[in-house]
Amino acid sequence: MSERAPKKKRDWSWRSRAARGLMYQALALVLIAGGVWFLAHNTQQNMEVRGIQSGFDFLDQAAGFDIGETMVPYDPSESYGKALWVGVLNTLRVAVIGIVLTTLLGVLVGVGRFSRNALVRGLCYGYVELFRNVPILLQLLMWYLFFVEVLPQPQEAWNLADLFFLSKGGFAFPLPVWAAGHGWMLIGALAGIGVGWWWRRRAQRQFELTGQDQSRWAVPVAAFFVLALVGWAVGGAPTAWSLPEQQAFMVDGGASATPEFMAVLVGLVMYTASFVAEVVRGGIQSVSRGQTEAANALGLARSHQMRLVVLPQALRVIIPPLTNQYLNLTKNSSLAVAIGYPDVVSIANTTLNQTGRAVECIAIIMLVYLTTSLATSLLMNWYNKRVAIKER
Amino acid sequence: MMKSNTSRPASRPALRLTLAAVCAVGTLAAAPAHAGKDLDAVKARGTLVCGVNTGLAGFSAADSQGKWTGLDVDYCRALAAAILNDANKVRFSPLTAQQRFTALQSGEIDVLSRNTTWTLTRDASLGMHFVGVTFYDGQGFMVPKSLKVSNAKALKGATVCVQSGTTTELNLTDYSRANNLQLKPVVFEKQEAATGAYFSGRCQVFTTDASGLASVRSKEAAKPDDHVILPELISKEPLGPSVRRGDDEFFAIAKWTLNALLEAEEFGITAANIDTMKKDSKNPGVMRLLGSGTEDTGKPLGLDKEWAYRAIKAVGNYGEIFERHVGPKTSIGLPRGTNNLWTNGGLMYAPPVR
Repeated sequence: MSERAPKKKRDWSWRSRAARGLMYQALALVLIAGGVWFLAHNTQQNMEVRGIQSGFDFLDQAAGFDIGETMVPYDPSESYGKALWVGVLNTLRVAVIGIVLTTLLGVLVGVGRFSRNALVRGLCYGYVELFRNVPILLQLLMWYLFFVEVLPQPQEAWNLADLFFLSKGGFAFPLPVWAAGHGWMLIGALAGIGVGWWWRRRAQRQFELTGQDQSRWAVPVAAFFVLALVGWAVGGAPTAWSLPEQQAFMVDGGASATPEFMAVLVGLVMYTASFVAEVVRGGIQSVSRGQTEAANALGLARSHQMRLVVLPQALRVIIPPLTNQYLNLTKNSSLAVAIGYPDVVSIANTTLNQTGRAVECIAIIMLVYLTTSLATSLLMNWYNKRVAIKER
Repeated sequence: MMKSNTSRPASRPALRLTLAAVCAVGTLAAAPAHAGKDLDAVKARGTLVCGVNTGLAGFSAADSQGKWTGLDVDYCRALAAAILNDANKVRFSPLTAQQRFTALQSGEIDVLSRNTTWTLTRDASLGMHFVGVTFYDGQGFMVPKSLKVSNAKALKGATVCVQSGTTTELNLTDYSRANNLQLKPVVFEKQEAATGAYFSGRCQVFTTDASGLASVRSKEAAKPDDHVILPELISKEPLGPSVRRGDDEFFAIAKWTLNALLEAEEFGITAANIDTMKKDSKNPGVMRLLGSGTEDTGKPLGLDKEWAYRAIKAVGNYGEIFERHVGPKTSIGLPRGTNNLWTNGGLMYAPPVR
């Protein structure tokens, strides 16, 4: 038997704290909505009065301009929408590759700050102080200048075994011609990853049960490569390559990275990694000395101390500010427009100029960065929850 | 490119974007326009705000004292002289290709005189009116002499540096597709960056309007003779000033100031002889233009009788402006060509001022 709690009487008077809170919230909401409506309405009216056409209909019209480097096939007769999509992909390409490289470099340098070798320590320190204290735009311009001034003309590209060409036109390298066999190879590689994952779980259980430690890398790596190879062979072992070739004004064929892309990537990675290094250093320092001493007392080797005791605890401190750095890298990639890399800002700028739809184009740019940033932080928050201390 | 210590636009792309965004927001916040508002604003302010190129020798460039000179600049001075009685009451606002239309739309500038090509889309959908043509141009290509290329058709597969947000970018693509040249564009936000990349060898070709090529070659190349401008012109680029829609009176004044400069050349009126012409000439056309007779051409425009006299006196006739800034005797050295008067085989033709 349970007694029902007496029904709470709602008090809507001014003296009720809850009611006041609600009223304030409602008022704030009305003010914000009113402000947004005022701006939108006024814009629309002004644009009508001045005969400025507006709307997103231009996205279907033919773009008419070419884009220097694209990840998906693109033709100038395709729409502005497609052109913008090409720009988004170019931005993502820099962001994703940049984030991976930044993490690797940043962790290396951050850990390097604790090295017992004075030279390594000093180099890491110098690197961090140099790169995080020079504005990113200058660094991008510097790298770009470096790539276009130092390298030879495309007509006389540096050439390694007729396979790799490096010049002002970019870095050209061979690329396998896509065939069904590569699909099989991918499937094989995926299967390899599955096998590797299964093996590691098994090894972990074995270790917990018996205390016998087995290598966690040899079998998964072998499985990955062997299965990929098997897949490739099953798929008919395609061997056709697209090779770069020297031509009158350029190196054609194969795949290539332009100096613009390389400058943006190197610039962003070097800059952001210096911040990541500091984040990593701070995280490691936040783990109390007692943990290292305890690990020492257990007789763990130094590499094991770092990998098994210190880093997992440091990660909890590292992840949130690391997310910030990832977001910064993505957003800083918009500076690429200064050195001619066709990222989404560059394409949107061109679109803005050809169509005159300023408000719409700026809105698209904001939406793209907002979406990528929110997606990144969602992913990182999920990861953060995984590594956070589990309260028991 | 000429460097100057005057206020130049923020040079960082991030800032530029902000500026564009601010302009966009400016459009949001400005009050609706009324007819006659722009002219009233100019008169009340006492200065004309004129959007010009950040630096294109011969058209608009600031010298070391911060004084703007060039063909586009002189048009604004003439307009200021006609409206405000003083050719110096102009504030020049340097704009990139991308900022220009938003700056005009949002009311940041009164008139846009920035080597801008007159096209249907711009005229019909950007809330602006083109006033006329101050320079008939066409797009060309510049290549290093060492490339040993003599015509544009031989440029197959070449990389081309180009400034974003221009008709140039579209023409380049059209030309490349029409002739199957597979030209690869590298697009820069600022002209300075585009020319810098060209001179460093990133691109084999730089493309812009032929007048711009001549200007860049004379002012920015280490050795101008190392670069050749290919003979092909691949497009029509009629460059001219434009004003915002919504003030027909101001539009009319802007249009007829340009016509007056052309008419003056036709009548042989120069900055030097204008006073004697005004005093002595019995040619009715000259008397009408300079307001020395009884006819008042200023009245329909809402100006006084001597509006054209002041404009011509301040900057000279169109021919003088051309010769002073871009003509054969300047370092840019462009022939008069299509920009000659219709009476001399060119395209410059002004409707009668009467």
